[in-house]
Amino acid sequence: MFLVPDFVGRFFHRMASPPHFYAFTARLMPWLVVIFLLLTVAGLYGGLYLAPADYQQGDSYRIIYIHVPSAWMSLFIYMVMAIAGAIGLIWRIKLAEIVAISSAPIGASFTFIALFTGSLWGKPMWGTWWVWDARLTSELILLFLYLGVIGLYGAIDDKRVASKAVAILALVGVVNIPVIHYSVEWWNTLHQGPTVTKMDKPSIHVSMLIPLLLMALSFKMYYLIALIQRVRVELLQRERNSQWVKAMVLENKQ
Amino acid sequence: MSLQEFFAMGGYALYVWTSYGLTLLVLLANIIIPVIQRKQFFVNALKKKR
Repeated sequence: MFLVPDFVGRFFHRMASPPHFYAFTARLMPWLVVIFLLLTVAGLYGGLYLAPADYQQGDSYRIIYIHVPSAWMSLFIYMVMAIAGAIGLIWRIKLAEIVAISSAPIGASFTFIALFTGSLWGKPMWGTWWVWDARLTSELILLFLYLGVIGLYGAIDDKRVASKAVAILALVGVVNIPVIHYSVEWWNTLHQGPTVTKMDKPSIHVSMLIPLLLMALSFKMYYLIALIQRVRVELLQRERNSQWVKAMVLENKQ
Repeated sequence: MSLQEFFAMGGYALYVWTSYGLTLLVLLANIIIPVIQRKQFFVNALKKKR
């Protein structure tokens, strides 16, 4: 690890230790919440109030400010889950296993939000709640992958074994991620093509783009907050017989 | 723009506000559930001690 500065290496080493992680995240949380709230208020004000109505879709397009960031998060969290799962599988780092499984319900939630808001946007614009086109179908498969991960983890009592099984399932499911991303280019579908992540210039006006990016950052912060909350619970449960958890219970600290 | 106009969302109020409302519910649940679980963990752990 000679490529990484020493203090960075030490930081990650300490963070992989459950009691340090538990104490550090408690101190970090208020700052994360403040940043999240600032981003959200700015994003919603820009998106719902400042940005003009779309010249074709009127005000219905304002669903974009949660639909697109949620869809991005559904892919991002899946990759985090698969990578953390792989790290847990290879190096047996308990915290990585816990990050992987704690990401699943949050990723499933964002996938559900992306599908649900897409449906509510599709009805007035396409005239239908749902079509079996490539983008929608692959995103639905993503939801099932998340639910599969949650179900598999719950079905195995030994949580170290469960984490291995879940990591393998998550890694196999990674095939679906490029399918979702490129589905609107590979197949000619009802779902519109990308307007932001195009290689040349985004075909979205800056007054709409800025709130969209603010909401994307807001959802990233939200993920961090929700993930930390779940990881802390999972840590307590897995480490309930260890000295640091017993000490906290005795002192009635939370 | 009046407040009424804002909430009317150019006639798409139902679709827009249902989307935002549902998103808020799901995101809130993902924070509240682990907080309750953590509180519950300490309550149960203390019970076992006694």
